[in-house]
Amino acid sequence: MRTLVAGGQALLIEVGSAAEVAALHAELLRRRDAGELGPVRDLVPAARTVLLDGVRDPAGLGARIARWEVPPLAPSQGPLITVPVRYDGPDLAEVAGLWGVAPEAVAGIVGDTEFRVAFCGFAPGFGYLTGLPERFHPPRRATPRTAVPAGSLALAGEYAGVYPRSSPGGWQLIGSTDAVLWDPDRDPAALFAPGVRVRFTEAGR
Amino acid sequence: MTGLLVVRPGALTTVQDRGRPGFAHLGVPRSGALDTAAYALANRLLGNAPDAAALETTLDGVTLRALAPVTVAVTGAPCAVRVAGRPAAWGAAVRLPAGAELEVGRAESGLRGYVAVRGGLDVPPVLGSRSTDLLSGLGPPVLSAGTLLPVGPPGPDPALAADGCPLPGPPSELLLPLRPGPRADWFTEASLAGLWRSVFRVSPMSNRIGLRTEAGTPLVRAREGELPSEGMVLGAVQVPPDGLPVVFLADHPVTGGYPVVGVIPPGRALDAAAQARPGVAVRFVAAR
Repeated sequence: MRTLVAGGQALLIEVGSAAEVAALHAELLRRRDAGELGPVRDLVPAARTVLLDGVRDPAGLGARIARWEVPPLAPSQGPLITVPVRYDGPDLAEVAGLWGVAPEAVAGIVGDTEFRVAFCGFAPGFGYLTGLPERFHPPRRATPRTAVPAGSLALAGEYAGVYPRSSPGGWQLIGSTDAVLWDPDRDPAALFAPGVRVRFTEAGR
Repeated sequence: MTGLLVVRPGALTTVQDRGRPGFAHLGVPRSGALDTAAYALANRLLGNAPDAAALETTLDGVTLRALAPVTVAVTGAPCAVRVAGRPAAWGAAVRLPAGAELEVGRAESGLRGYVAVRGGLDVPPVLGSRSTDLLSGLGPPVLSAGTLLPVGPPGPDPALAADGCPLPGPPSELLLPLRPGPRADWFTEASLAGLWRSVFRVSPMSNRIGLRTEAGTPLVRAREGELPSEGMVLGAVQVPPDGLPVVFLADHPVTGGYPVVGVIPPGRALDAAAQARPGVAVRFVAAR
């Protein structure tokens, strides 16, 4: 674990893997809620880091955190949500080809995976979901699409994600869902908040 | 009803308040008024709550018609103000009779103006803020002609007389104090040392997301490879592959994949950045 000061009010904590980020994020939330962190405005997990923004004395806090023992995350930790998906994406056949399976088998591979929302970004409510075994990590498309429909289930590298609204995007589209990913009038506004576990089921089955 | 009708929306006019901090983990930018001091002054002149929503104009002002009598204040970039065709005060509370037009003219220096109304703009809040977020599309849309902006009830405090208004600094040079950033070690020591001597210019590609620079000596990477996406703070100075620094402003993305060489403390320096026109010289100085 490495702690990096980011200006006068922020601290970036770097670890080695997405699993370590998840464990560190859970530990930071636990300690924040117990009042052990002091004031923190934003706590932002990402690919290999967690950012603490709006803190006093980032260097001092970083020195304290560097001495923590962070317990690994229990597999069942965090709320679990189920999202029904139609496997009708335009890149389904290409992804199945990369995986060496029939297109009909993609739903099973995705359905057998328990995903976890590692972090959000790109757009409000867009979660970067980890969990697919490494042999199922497809590359991004060579040419991004100018418009990806809202609700598209997409894969790229180690991540899966669902587009909350129509936007440009270069991920491989394998399916679609009617789930509402983002609703500012709902609490929480994002269906996929960091730490949430996600299962994709095949719609209509 | 009390409200303001948009007659001329200007080049880019948005509703802004103090933004929506605290939702970065859900992918929501902070947003909010770019020149925080000018925005705060506009509300103070009117006895508004410090987080009352106001308009942020860009370069060429705005024209609004009052549906009922209101009191307004124009701050930020200095400009001509007219009410019903007659010159009116900039940087002060100004009465606007029913049916009268408020003309906020082109900025004489600086870039962004603030138009507050007593009672604040009463557009629906999203996640506790009425700010327009240009990156993620949250909040009210960019102003267009014919839009009606509702005005809230006035607070208990009276409108105040202005006692000398701060003007944006001389626009010839923007000095940005820089604190160490998390990825300074991604750049060669020679190019980091050169950063303090380099003179950049504000790029016309700048917007509410970031102040882009051009024409300076590009920073040189000491290490190759991609940085995994990580959290970004307001004022972060991100360096894309072309080596020219980008200063993250209020609508910046919550995570990014280019190394951050340093961070500009929020407040006066970022307020000045919000007023720097394309072509203005930019220099980075070590923050104490």
